[in-house]
Amino acid sequence: MKIQRSKGTRDLSPQDMVSFRLIESAFRQCCLKWGYQEVKTPTLEYLHLFTATGTLTPSMLSKVYSFLDWDGWSGERVVLRPDGTIPISRLYIDSMAKEKLAKLFYVANIFMFEATGKKSRERWQCGAELIGARPPLADIELVTLALEVLRELKIEGIELRVSHAGLIKALLARLGLSAEEQTRMFDQILDGDMKALDKLKLKRPELEKTLSSLLKMKGKPSGFSKELKELFTEELPECKPYIDNCAKIAESLEAMGCKYQIDIASGRGFEYYTGVIFQIFKGEEKIGGGGRYDALIPSMGGKDVPASGFALYLERLMALIKPKALAEPQPPRILVRADGGKIREGFDIANRLHKAGYRAECYLGAQKEADFDWTVDIKDKPKLTLTDRAKKQKVTAKTVDGLLALLKG
Amino acid sequence: MKANNIKIALPKGRLLGETSTLLQRAGWGLDGYHEQTRLYHIESKTLPHLSGRVFHEKDIPIQVAIGNYDLGICGSDWIEELLAKYPSSDLMKVKNLKYGEGALYAASAAGKATVESLRASPGTIRIASEYPNLAESFAINMQLRHFSVFPLWGGAEVYPPESADLALVGGADDDFPFSLAPISRVLGVSAFLIANRRSWKAKGLDKMVAPIEKALIPEKAAPKAKAEKRQPTKAVQHPKVDKDVVRLALPDGHQQAHTRKLLDRAGIRLDDYPSEKDNRRPNIDREGVSVKVIRPQDMPLQVANDNFDLAITGRDWLTEHLCQFPSSPVKELANLKLGRVKVVAVVSQNMNIADIRDLSESERALPLRVASEYINIADRYARDNRLNRYRLIPTWGATEAFLPEDADLLIENTETGRTLAQHKLKIIDTLFESTACLIGSAKRVASPLKKERMESIIQTLRMAAEEI
Repeated sequence: MKIQRSKGTRDLSPQDMVSFRLIESAFRQCCLKWGYQEVKTPTLEYLHLFTATGTLTPSMLSKVYSFLDWDGWSGERVVLRPDGTIPISRLYIDSMAKEKLAKLFYVANIFMFEATGKKSRERWQCGAELIGARPPLADIELVTLALEVLRELKIEGIELRVSHAGLIKALLARLGLSAEEQTRMFDQILDGDMKALDKLKLKRPELEKTLSSLLKMKGKPSGFSKELKELFTEELPECKPYIDNCAKIAESLEAMGCKYQIDIASGRGFEYYTGVIFQIFKGEEKIGGGGRYDALIPSMGGKDVPASGFALYLERLMALIKPKALAEPQPPRILVRADGGKIREGFDIANRLHKAGYRAECYLGAQKEADFDWTVDIKDKPKLTLTDRAKKQKVTAKTVDGLLALLKG
Repeated sequence: MKANNIKIALPKGRLLGETSTLLQRAGWGLDGYHEQTRLYHIESKTLPHLSGRVFHEKDIPIQVAIGNYDLGICGSDWIEELLAKYPSSDLMKVKNLKYGEGALYAASAAGKATVESLRASPGTIRIASEYPNLAESFAINMQLRHFSVFPLWGGAEVYPPESADLALVGGADDDFPFSLAPISRVLGVSAFLIANRRSWKAKGLDKMVAPIEKALIPEKAAPKAKAEKRQPTKAVQHPKVDKDVVRLALPDGHQQAHTRKLLDRAGIRLDDYPSEKDNRRPNIDREGVSVKVIRPQDMPLQVANDNFDLAITGRDWLTEHLCQFPSSPVKELANLKLGRVKVVAVVSQNMNIADIRDLSESERALPLRVASEYINIADRYARDNRLNRYRLIPTWGATEAFLPEDADLLIENTETGRTLAQHKLKIIDTLFESTACLIGSAKRVASPLKKERMESIIQTLRMAAEEI
């Protein structure tokens, strides 16, 4: 019977995994250097962690993989982790709440249904969360970290799109909507449905034009800090702190020489954002994103602690890197061939070669010589023959120490 | 499904009359489909390639989505229930037929809740419904913080306020019949013509259904949706939940007769059970006992959730529950010996199969279709017998009519085997024997008085059953 891969999933081949590990390793190294600690959370979480207001939007929730566990008679559903940030917040509340500052990172798969099955329903993320630090310092650190990872991976031409959840909410509040309508509209904007705004019959028609054009604003470059600041300060004084916050980030991005633009409506399904939101693009492809979520941990029952984070999308990065340009030089690879009675000796020699820092494996009847730098043949006489494939040279040794000396020489 | 044949799934129950009239007007010649019909399979008198099959309404979207039927007619509530969970299925809505109109409401016990109060509530919101997928969507869209959905076979209206905070129930727009107050209109309901998306393209069904569109009665003015906050039509005094009171669940439907007989023999008197007015809260002559009448299928889950202390159900439904939730605290307290049936594995007599091993070893190109009301028992049975590969088809009654066209194997209950034989079916395995039983929870009862009252009921029923 033909065994088929489940729709909407992918295998990671040996070549894919080389790229995967290169990205993971660059990400881990950068995080460790900045003092972040690695964590792993379970694949299964309770659904209710993700359903409360201020977590995921209803449109995202309609695509989660949720089901009743074998002991789920109470109707308590579990879910295949649809997001990386909420489980980290849960972990923080569960076991790290005493720490004033938690700098955490993870590499994890997340699950979200996608109807066509052409895109993957299981995606990998490299994420970092900074819990206990305030804007703008913490946000700037995260952006710096994300950009450093991309630089390590030699991915160029990065552009950031910056928004601010507080700004969107303040604008919506000005439209004279009820609290419920504001939440719904916020969700729709985050889900990318800008038309929703047009459909509204606004109670403040005089504001409508300015506000909706602001919400739809896109692509304005660095002039943001001056032009818009004035506009917002006059018409919407309550937005001033948000604008200042955005401006600070913008300044640092400029100082880092990073291209960016303002795109107010860019949250995409994450209702938990409260402050600055940034998305990382390479061309038209979004390769990561993050933002500030100060209300999430208190809303999940934790203490009132500020937090922000970001994630890079591993599969997207895999398509962008050139593994050969990134790979560390590898030690020579040696094939060990033993005559019938010398199998044990063959494995011992391979072990010794590993200890000396070489890659070595025993001949299993199918490896191609061409894939190896050296071969070692074990016979009675001469005992050990070392062949250099490139130079087509043969030398012999009586002991393993002798062999190692030949390899070094 | 043969290339040129067209099969339609037709509803029994509330939509039957108007659907039959519509099809007659369209000239489809499905004359055997009428209010008095006892047939399941109907051939068209006028269109040689057309045949129909009568289903429980709830089965129809599933049957059309999986491609057993090209067309179907059923209420949009069951269509949306399927689409809420499986938005990319092959089910397509063709035409609103504009009869059988009503709505689904989220309702609470009178004056108990509003959407806002539920959203602000720190505890778990319990939602009981025959439409678990719609209930979940509703909870998510309302952004309820923490909720549990109790899927039901029926009788959702009797759950609030003690056993659920909300019920998702059907009702007509201008008359909300239950002792509940609707807090939100979730969905407008009417009869719909549906089709399987692949068949629609492959068989050119658009031409086929044109006469139906013509035969539709000219549009009535759509009834205006009434304001949602109406007073309930019947005010009911809900019994107060008291820690000393034993909450007993009795079965509705055809198990009522023998349950009543048993209660009579045990000397337990009840007013209005079975009830002609569909009273689901009959009075009992025992102090400290409250009674609700619910579906026997729903009882184990309700007992597991501590909504009832004791319930009279069938061992089949207890087993079904334990197959889904093996560590559930629900257990059998007494064998009541009535309503004896066997739960069996059944195939068509045409199938060259002697026992279940033949089925697990047989080569097949398509997955084996296993149809059952007992979806978790069937799943475990198929797993244990390594029926690689299989697909489960949930059904809601009259499962015997599924073979051989709409399923390959049934897990079904039978009293005498006569109905199965009439449908040219054969039993290849007996899973277990089921009788009525009294169930309860293995959890400790805190109140000594309640414990004593429970023991007394258990003993009385055990003794009454011994005499049978």
